[in-house]
Amino acid sequence: MTLITRRGALITGLTGSGLALAGCSKTPFGDSLTRSAGFQHVLAEGQAWTLASQRFLLSGGAMAREYSPSDISPRFKANGTLYPSGEDYEDAVNEDFVNWRLTVDGMVRRPVSLSVADVRRLPSRTQITRHDCVEGWSAIGQWTGVPVGLLLRTAGVLPRAKYAVFHCADNLDGEPEKGGMQAPGQYYESLALVDATHPQTLIAHSMNGKPLDVAHGAPLRLRVERQLGYKQAKYVQRIEITDRLSGFYGGKGGYWEDRGYEWYAGV
Amino acid sequence: MSVEAIDPGSPGAAEAAVDPTPAPVRSREVIYRHTLLVRLTHWLNALAIVVMLGSGLNIFNAHPHLYWGQTGSEFDQPFLSIGAVETDKGARGLTTIGPLNFDTTGFLGVSTTNGQELHKAWPSWATIPSFQDLADARHWHFLFAWVLAVNGLVYLAWSLLIRHLQRDIWPTLADLGSIPRSIIDHVRLKHPTGEAAKRYNVLQRLAYLGVIALVGLMVLTGLTMSPGFDAFAPWLLDLFGGRQSARSIHFLCASGIVAFVVVHLVEVVLAGPFNEVKSMITGRYAVPRDKH
Repeated sequence: MTLITRRGALITGLTGSGLALAGCSKTPFGDSLTRSAGFQHVLAEGQAWTLASQRFLLSGGAMAREYSPSDISPRFKANGTLYPSGEDYEDAVNEDFVNWRLTVDGMVRRPVSLSVADVRRLPSRTQITRHDCVEGWSAIGQWTGVPVGLLLRTAGVLPRAKYAVFHCADNLDGEPEKGGMQAPGQYYESLALVDATHPQTLIAHSMNGKPLDVAHGAPLRLRVERQLGYKQAKYVQRIEITDRLSGFYGGKGGYWEDRGYEWYAGV
Repeated sequence: MSVEAIDPGSPGAAEAAVDPTPAPVRSREVIYRHTLLVRLTHWLNALAIVVMLGSGLNIFNAHPHLYWGQTGSEFDQPFLSIGAVETDKGARGLTTIGPLNFDTTGFLGVSTTNGQELHKAWPSWATIPSFQDLADARHWHFLFAWVLAVNGLVYLAWSLLIRHLQRDIWPTLADLGSIPRSIIDHVRLKHPTGEAAKRYNVLQRLAYLGVIALVGLMVLTGLTMSPGFDAFAPWLLDLFGGRQSARSIHFLCASGIVAFVVVHLVEVVLAGPFNEVKSMITGRYAVPRDKH
């Protein structure tokens, strides 16, 4: 039922764009520019300046603000996938994630494979931070998990590596109402190593003192506090260290990035 | 006033003083009012403001609710909300501000584009791009944010350096005393002529200062919404009372800028659009003659 609705919305979206294109004389100048490949390069240039300026300002490793327990949002909106489809995830839920593995591999010296229980036994960090969705809303939650930097040090990142790619268990059925023509796809995300090894970047197993619930990414999710919500990948199964993003899915470094959003989501 | 004392940046700098040719009797006195840098930054700023407003409204459409404080989502109470509600008579646009509800069908919430009824907060004609696309709207917004901020800083630095801001924009005590009179003149649509037209009147000065402050606030509240910039300058969150407050102030300042632009354009038309626009392109402004 949901799928049909989403497909319906997708078709409506396609038709809408088609109509706009058909009525060329009525197409606003801004729309023509937006659709031109040349201007997309100009827009990408703006992103490069934003990334460079924030890299400069945050070169001291500044921390995202941490809040007090009284600031925690009573209800924390869950977005994107609320329950991953497929039997594998259903089975994992039913067996309380005892067979869930988190692997760290790719350009590392010693690939790591951990159970959720292993992750819970590792040194952890607890932080109360604000989650900012790209749409505009915010919520505050408490997260507990193992710093990704610790996992990467354990695995031993090779010198030429540049990125950590986070593979997830959810296939997001596209959300055409959020703009453009979006196709279903496996969720994934990626971070530059400088962000992946920031002390507040965690593979979180708990939220507000309880194990993560399904809507918020059970059993393990990423927290990267100086960037927007879509970077906070849920249902993480694998961290792959790499020197290029071009080989993964759409090649832009993330599910939403492949659909036009900024890879560096610091603004 | 001697020729040496005349600064080309001053609205009082008389073109006649530079050009020794005597003016024909019937022609108006022409002064060099706007320096090249003021003209360039003015038009670049105008372009950036248009793009920022259009792309900003497209971004707003992704979550058309405003809150106060650090947080705010569908579980919290917004003080402003724009949406569509289904009624017996079809979909209606509903804008809610605090306890007040307004039917804004046709403009906010529900609008028609190319004969198609669309359910979105701001209508297609007001947004860049016209279709709902958060990703591209953000690209536009953050590219032109650089244009707006760098252009604004160049203008501010230059204007302070050549004392344009201190001399032409900052109101004097005498200016402040003339506020009531200036209000009456504006209400009567009576525009200054002769010597008085060579300098900005007090309401003009306050409006220009106000819009400079609004653009500054836009930049600061915009930066406060960035989780990355927040880590660098967390004091911004305290200054504006939280990220969602900053987002709301961002929107309110944008509304203030729209109000400025409307009044600005109306005044340009009333004061003589050809002369006014020409002066912002060439720098040369024909002083309206005194009516004797």
